[in-house]
Amino acid sequence: MIGQALDRVDGPAKVAGQATYAYEHWDDGQPLYGFVVGATIGTGRITRIDTARAERSPGVHMVMTHHDTPAQGAPDLSIPFEYWRAFPVLSRADVRHYGEPVALVVAATFEQARAAAPLVDIEYAGEAGSYDFAACRHQAYAPDSLIYGMIPTDTAVGDFDAGFDTAPVRIDERYTTPYEFSQPMEPHACLVEPHGEDLIVHVSSQIVDAARASIASTLQIDPERIHIVTPYVGGGFGSKLRIHHETILAAFAARALNRPVKVALTRQQIFHLTGVRPTSSQRVRLGAERDGRLVAIAHEVTMHTNRHEEYIEPTATTTRSLYAAPHRLTRHRLVPLDLPRGEDVRAPGEAPGLLAVESAMDELAYALEMDPVELRIRNEPELDPERGVPFSDRHLVECLRDGARRFGWESRPAQAASLREGRWMVGYGMAAAIRGHLQAPTKVAVRLQADGTAVVRSDMTDIGTGTYTILTQVAADGLGLPPDRVRVELGRSEFPVSMGSGGSWGATNSCTALHRACEALREKLLATASNDARSALHGLDPAGAAFVDGGVRIGGASETLSEIVARNHPDGVEAEGETLAMTDDPNYQDYALHSYGAHFAEVGVDADTAEIRLRRMLGVFSVGRVLNAKTARSQLIGGMIWGVGAALEEEGAVDPRSGAFVNRDLAQYLVPVHADISEVDAVVLDGFDDKANVLGAKGVGELGICGAGAAVANAVFNATGVRVRDFPITLEKVLPGLPPMDD
Amino acid sequence: MSEADAGTTWAASSGVAGGTSTAVEPRRDEALPVLAITLNVNGRERRLEVDTRTSLLDTLREHLRLSGTKKGCDHGQCGACTVLVNGRRIYSCLTLAVMHEDDEIVTIEGMGEPGDLHPVQAAFVECDGFQCGYCTPGQICSAVGMLAEMDAGWPSHATADVSSPPIALSDEEIRERMSGNICRCAAYPNIVAAIRVVSEGRPG
Repeated sequence: MIGQALDRVDGPAKVAGQATYAYEHWDDGQPLYGFVVGATIGTGRITRIDTARAERSPGVHMVMTHHDTPAQGAPDLSIPFEYWRAFPVLSRADVRHYGEPVALVVAATFEQARAAAPLVDIEYAGEAGSYDFAACRHQAYAPDSLIYGMIPTDTAVGDFDAGFDTAPVRIDERYTTPYEFSQPMEPHACLVEPHGEDLIVHVSSQIVDAARASIASTLQIDPERIHIVTPYVGGGFGSKLRIHHETILAAFAARALNRPVKVALTRQQIFHLTGVRPTSSQRVRLGAERDGRLVAIAHEVTMHTNRHEEYIEPTATTTRSLYAAPHRLTRHRLVPLDLPRGEDVRAPGEAPGLLAVESAMDELAYALEMDPVELRIRNEPELDPERGVPFSDRHLVECLRDGARRFGWESRPAQAASLREGRWMVGYGMAAAIRGHLQAPTKVAVRLQADGTAVVRSDMTDIGTGTYTILTQVAADGLGLPPDRVRVELGRSEFPVSMGSGGSWGATNSCTALHRACEALREKLLATASNDARSALHGLDPAGAAFVDGGVRIGGASETLSEIVARNHPDGVEAEGETLAMTDDPNYQDYALHSYGAHFAEVGVDADTAEIRLRRMLGVFSVGRVLNAKTARSQLIGGMIWGVGAALEEEGAVDPRSGAFVNRDLAQYLVPVHADISEVDAVVLDGFDDKANVLGAKGVGELGICGAGAAVANAVFNATGVRVRDFPITLEKVLPGLPPMDD
Repeated sequence: MSEADAGTTWAASSGVAGGTSTAVEPRRDEALPVLAITLNVNGRERRLEVDTRTSLLDTLREHLRLSGTKKGCDHGQCGACTVLVNGRRIYSCLTLAVMHEDDEIVTIEGMGEPGDLHPVQAAFVECDGFQCGYCTPGQICSAVGMLAEMDAGWPSHATADVSSPPIALSDEEIRERMSGNICRCAAYPNIVAAIRVVSEGRPG
């Protein structure tokens, strides 16, 4: 059952429009509508704010500004993951970035709230802000803090300078990556229903426990008073790891008016208010012997951070484990700007970091006149090159070889700009993928009911990742039930606490906990049956018991689960399982745990216009054991397409006068659409990582994006001979380097 | 219209949250731009009063509580709000409810339901043509509308020969014709596969 390509169990509800997201509940009657008013300056302060006109607008129930928000808790910086910290809103007259909320208008209808929003009269005293990353790069500083409270910003092994200076072949290049945004299809939305002192909070959130903690500490109320409900989440990609303004504002308004209030950010507001992947400038230095063996690797990253709320994207961290070399260096530096706060965007760190490092490896392969697949195989480390510990289950070389074979890599043009098909210059590119496998404390409960069905419960979320489906499979496997006799209930704060969906840890955290819960429940059931004189299994040795087809067999004797439960536990019987924190799991000390992959891409570049078209793409991955072949492949393909977007399309453009993202909608911030994506496939190697967890499975959700963009970039170089180091690779950057037009 | 518009007012209760925010009594305005309309949605006549500024999308979601139609951008840029109006696919966020009095509107709720799915809905499940599910109703309505456009012989940018229908439903045609529907989970290859499954299973 585990690993099978079971259709999504939540699929029929989703395709029928019956899956209800945060904004789509009417349990407490018709809610009021909140509309957020954002600042129209980038830096400065509000000198006057007059709500009278807005309040007189038809249907308006309330206008809230920084003058009338209740007392709010401040973020506790000692909490390592910021998603659990307080998130005060409308708390000061200062404006710290363009679009920051300065008021909330609440009205009877959406149209009335939207119409009243521009009637809030605001005067600002603007101040000069810093918005231009390139111009401010000299202000970069070394952060004091650890990344996520646990990862050092800088590492050094050996003597990089000496090793690099004496290397016979050297690459020393700088790559830049732009501001990028998660932009899930479901806008960030929250509906709060007050019930006395309690709040029912329907919020689009990746981590229920973090949402509850953040709301409670902001509102300074008992977390037990807050009831999060989020059975369906319309994508998150990092931007819903924490709650934002929409949630706190909806809660304030609902409490003040004692009525349900819902607030959704507009698509334009989402660009300024839900986190941005920092822009980066990355210097990559590779020193190699003539046979391709690396002697020195340095990856130095400079990125922007909001001046007041520091965020360090772990951009150089996977470089620490990727290739062997005796002399190594990684660094993260921050440039303080008056732009929106940095937050995790899918594959934080790996996505921009591997774009640079895997481009540099391609440059080295050309400098050496070596097959880039072979160059990577030659630099395969035996131990983690910085920590000196063994890898738990590393199959990067198998991914490279298998991918090359399946893709037909041998027909790659070894010389750049050498393959032409009509007006198309054709090129092949490849890159390696690596991502750390993480683990975090998670609890899941499973209950067997008297009718022989099982109910699985956790506050875990399914953000499109397939959680409902894989938990169904693990419970079916663990209790010997057909999957249609398992029901999975997620996304409520009353359920056992998980670490939610993020960091590609949700699937393995929750499935491991459920597997253990099933073990515990099997023991309970066997003990019950063995002690029950009415049971066919009475007095039998449970050691040889098998749970199959909804029953228990010991030797020739058998009994159905529903009989055992109905007779002894008419209200059902439950057990809980748990996954430990990484810090409590010795395998994280003794081994380096990662998932791996290899990407292969073929592009065509129009010889006259430099239009770039992806022709086909293949990823081969090693993720330990797959929990569901169908949903895992979908996640990997989705990640690969994110890589295509990063390579060719996505870029937030800053207005240097105000710090506004000028292309703040889905027509101007380009993400891949159907027409951009041709044949894309993902293959997963059979595997089982016994150091990762009892199921042998590792994270999948972010691996697909890791390195994917570099494979596309390297294919563009192979097609054209033009190396673009400033992402995304758009045609105006390629065109000047193309050969003259044909006669 | 919601109840509050009809004159219900709610007393200020600013003490609840311990803050000083002021609730105001909503103003009744005789000049409110409200019209009584009848919409035909999924074969049912629905009478309602709407603010004339209300998009068809918000009318479906907020007034008729047919929340299967999704709001992704409210600007005609993402396609999540796609519905069928008189058999043709449109972005329901870019049109006002009051413009559709005599139209037949079909939303995802009118396509099929679990246990009795439309073939396109079933193919999306089989081919895993979605992940988070938020763009999915729009993708499905768009696919149904697109297949009808193919049947009608409408060419697209990807059609090599516009002069001699029928047009073959190549993957390139599907991708071109579905490009008004963004899927940020990027299930695109699986959506194309689902549409191909449906088109290959259809007679003719």
